[in-house]
Amino acid sequence: MLPALVVAAAATENPLIPAIPDLVWATVCFLILLFFFWKKILPAVQKNLDARAEAIEGGIRKAELAQAEAAANLEKYTEQLAEARAEAAKIRETARQDGTRILNELKEQATVEAARVTANALAQIEAERKSALISLRAEVGSLAIDLASGVLGESLSDDKRAANLVDRFLADLEASEAKK
Amino acid sequence: MGPTIAEFFPPVVLFAGTPFELNRVMLIRIITTLVIVLLFWLGTRRMTLVPSRGQSLVEIGLNFVRVGIAEDLLGKKDGRRFLPLLTTFFFMILAMNLTGTVPLMNIAGTSVIGVPLLLAAIAYVTWIYAGLKKHPGTFLRNALFPPGVPWVLYIIVTPIEILSTFIVRPVTHTLRLLMNMIVGHLLLVLFFLATQFFFFEAPGLFKLFGVGTLAFGFVFTLFELLVATLQAYVFTILTAVYLQLALADEH
Repeated sequence: MLPALVVAAAATENPLIPAIPDLVWATVCFLILLFFFWKKILPAVQKNLDARAEAIEGGIRKAELAQAEAAANLEKYTEQLAEARAEAAKIRETARQDGTRILNELKEQATVEAARVTANALAQIEAERKSALISLRAEVGSLAIDLASGVLGESLSDDKRAANLVDRFLADLEASEAKK
Repeated sequence: MGPTIAEFFPPVVLFAGTPFELNRVMLIRIITTLVIVLLFWLGTRRMTLVPSRGQSLVEIGLNFVRVGIAEDLLGKKDGRRFLPLLTTFFFMILAMNLTGTVPLMNIAGTSVIGVPLLLAAIAYVTWIYAGLKKHPGTFLRNALFPPGVPWVLYIIVTPIEILSTFIVRPVTHTLRLLMNMIVGHLLLVLFFLATQFFFFEAPGLFKLFGVGTLAFGFVFTLFELLVATLQAYVFTILTAVYLQLALADEH
């Protein structure tokens, strides 16, 4: 039956009617290829594709992590830098204030000292002036008294006597000075 | 004598009288199958993350079917489900089409009805099976009685749907490939036989016609390369389209 069919198909040579061996070999080839692709090639390729995707995603994730870490570090350093700057500014400000304060104190001290010195000097001068005045007054008094008594004790008409009187007075004066 | 349909039924070379009868075309199919296996085996023998040249070529070929046909039309999930079938279709048809232009083979393994008919039948069974499984109750009803059509029109629509979907579709699926390959082969045979005739048998200046027919033969050989690739693509993408229509949620 089968060979007869085959022969008949071949004899008529109608390209639209399949011969049995034609279908048989088509099926054999198809099945070989189907199982080859299905069971061997496609799973292997899929596995490789998955591995590649995994590798790429892993790489990307690693890069993202590194970037995040770098960003965090940068932020930290920036913060520290800002802190350090602020602290430096604070220290500078304090120093400036201290400097001003110290200078002002010194100035004040100097002013006070100067005032004190001046006051001392003035007081001393005043005291000396007073003492000079007192001693002068006493001396002038005694001098006047001496002079008056001399004038009263001698005649002042005689030039010679007057000159003598004055000479004597001066000599007495010198003597009293020398005695002192 | 010009080429006849007998071109496609060469003499039997082995196992005469059995269902495994071999002729040139069957031998070419077997050799082609072995070549595909060899090439893909070599290309995927040592798969690495960074592909070698051979692996790249194989990956490009497989990606073309996977991304360009399966995932594009069926989506990731169904695409992966039907990928073995679509991949087999594409590379089997492509390789067996190309044998039509391979020197010493010179006939397409798909130019005899067995392969186109078998593959179209498998596609037919597959998309009906996929549709019935996805929409058990409604698949056939929606295919034959499209919803949203007034019931009176079903008198016209239903026969048309039966004819176009369940009869014309598989027939055109088969014949588009078969006829392209048959005609391509006949054209090439015609041009080269004519060249032979003009060069060696035609008298005098008629020999010059041989230059023209040879040039045409060359151009059509290139054209056959294009047709071979295109028909493999068309057959595979139509299979995917039929599956997509069967799996679509709304009919």
